[in-house]
Amino acid sequence: MKLTPDEQAMCAGAFGPARQWAIEHQFQIGRMFDAADMVEVSQAHMMADPESLGDAGVRFVERWAALDEDERRVRIPMITDPRGVDLSCYDPIGQTEAMADLERRFIAACRRLGIVMTDTCINYQTMMPPVLGEHVAYGDTGVVIYSNSVCGARSNFEGGPSALAAGLTGRTPRYGLHLDAHRQATRRFVVRDEPNELTDWGVLGAVIGRKAGSYWAIPVIEGIESIPGSDALKHFGAAMASYGSTPLFHIVGVTPECRTLADVGGDRLDEEEITQADVDTLRAPFGAKGEAVDVVVFAAPQLSLLEMKEVADLCRGRSIHSGTSLIVCTAPSVFADAERMGYVESIRAFGGRVLQGTCFYQQYAREIGEANGWRRLLSNSAKIVNILGGYGYQPALASRAACIDAAAAGKVV
Amino acid sequence: MPITLKCHVGIGSEVTGEALVAKDNFSARYDLDRIKGVFSRPDHALAGQSYQDKILIMQEAKGGVASAWMLHEMVQRGIAPKAILFNRANTILAQGAALAGMAMCDRFDDGDITDLVATGDVVTVRPDAGLVIIKNRDR
Repeated sequence: MKLTPDEQAMCAGAFGPARQWAIEHQFQIGRMFDAADMVEVSQAHMMADPESLGDAGVRFVERWAALDEDERRVRIPMITDPRGVDLSCYDPIGQTEAMADLERRFIAACRRLGIVMTDTCINYQTMMPPVLGEHVAYGDTGVVIYSNSVCGARSNFEGGPSALAAGLTGRTPRYGLHLDAHRQATRRFVVRDEPNELTDWGVLGAVIGRKAGSYWAIPVIEGIESIPGSDALKHFGAAMASYGSTPLFHIVGVTPECRTLADVGGDRLDEEEITQADVDTLRAPFGAKGEAVDVVVFAAPQLSLLEMKEVADLCRGRSIHSGTSLIVCTAPSVFADAERMGYVESIRAFGGRVLQGTCFYQQYAREIGEANGWRRLLSNSAKIVNILGGYGYQPALASRAACIDAAAAGKVV
Repeated sequence: MPITLKCHVGIGSEVTGEALVAKDNFSARYDLDRIKGVFSRPDHALAGQSYQDKILIMQEAKGGVASAWMLHEMVQRGIAPKAILFNRANTILAQGAALAGMAMCDRFDDGDITDLVATGDVVTVRPDAGLVIIKNRDR
């Protein structure tokens, strides 16, 4: 890899051990993915919940946090993905003091590094969405796929360590989605039936993700005639990334790099139709009717303010079944607005809990499931039902309205 | 003479261990019970099997940014695979291997790595050279 004098100085340790670790880490990744050089990035976004960090990960970051200020502070604006513990509500959902302590230690270390604790996986809805062509180093697959596809930004999936490295160096290896060549479509899908609600968008994203099936496969989608909203594309992308490791999609006439099929090379690809059978197959393992529900979850991604309003409207004047719990996860900034607008109160009056700055699957899902006896889980998120099977849950999928109906009835109705 | 397979230059240091092979994909977040050290996702091809100290050989790396921290955490607790080989890695797993100091390689010249190596084979991985050597078999 070609390194600039500044990068060489970082390698030599001239800017301290944190930046030296960071650039060496990036050099290894760049070598594996054949990067010719580094590209400067404007922002970094770090996924780092204590469950995945463990004590080892927290100690790793604390090591850099103990350095002198000029050696430890990130070089570019750096924000965070959801936390694993909502410090204002952890005991009631069965999280332990040890989990909270790990979280407190990590937050303290991040602050010393100069990281802005946004604690959100919907930064593209809540703070500064990146713009067309902007190079960024984002974590959280849902953030990356949305930013690449809908905003036209340029980011690879940057796991926590790599996002931290990008924050410390202000750059990232130039490979993958930073390059025009890797943003061209490799699979062409035709949709006959447009999705209606968020769950349907998630399911369609999941179907395409599963078919595309690789970080290096880029789908272009035809047949979407109406312009989907931000929440629809959020669920669509998050599910696609979850099922397929997909980092970018194009929708003809919708996403900014794809005004026409030919813009992304889709005219040279064979058409593959998405059939009703594909959709039914994807949904089949997550179907449930008449069965009891232990917990209803709205998360993955965190809810936008408009989603919070919809959930609050559905909750109003009703109450939850005594055998069922409702968990709603949103960003701290959305929580503040939702509280101001009375949405949080409506959900609480129903009997639900609103958590701020966390996302259900990133907050010790296995442990809180065991602590609360939650096994049969219902959600409108195609992403979360994909993840939680591995965490000891029996997840099922339903629309937002059907989820609230189930929470009120204690069973899938 | 042992069988030598050529792959792309990878991450980490040379390591030798017993292969655990599956025609399935891999995510530390979605597929594992990391405390017990077993595959926990019910529909995974290796469900219930231990990955500790194995050379895991799988098709592709899958979604879940958390895997980048998780490999490091697993290695620090001593319940981790020794190396992971993929037909195609993704960025997350490569980043995780770099932080964890775990060996990882992908893109094999001779074809599908899940066909070339069998569970139980003794395998040496040399990421710097881009080589994987099957020690218990002759060409």
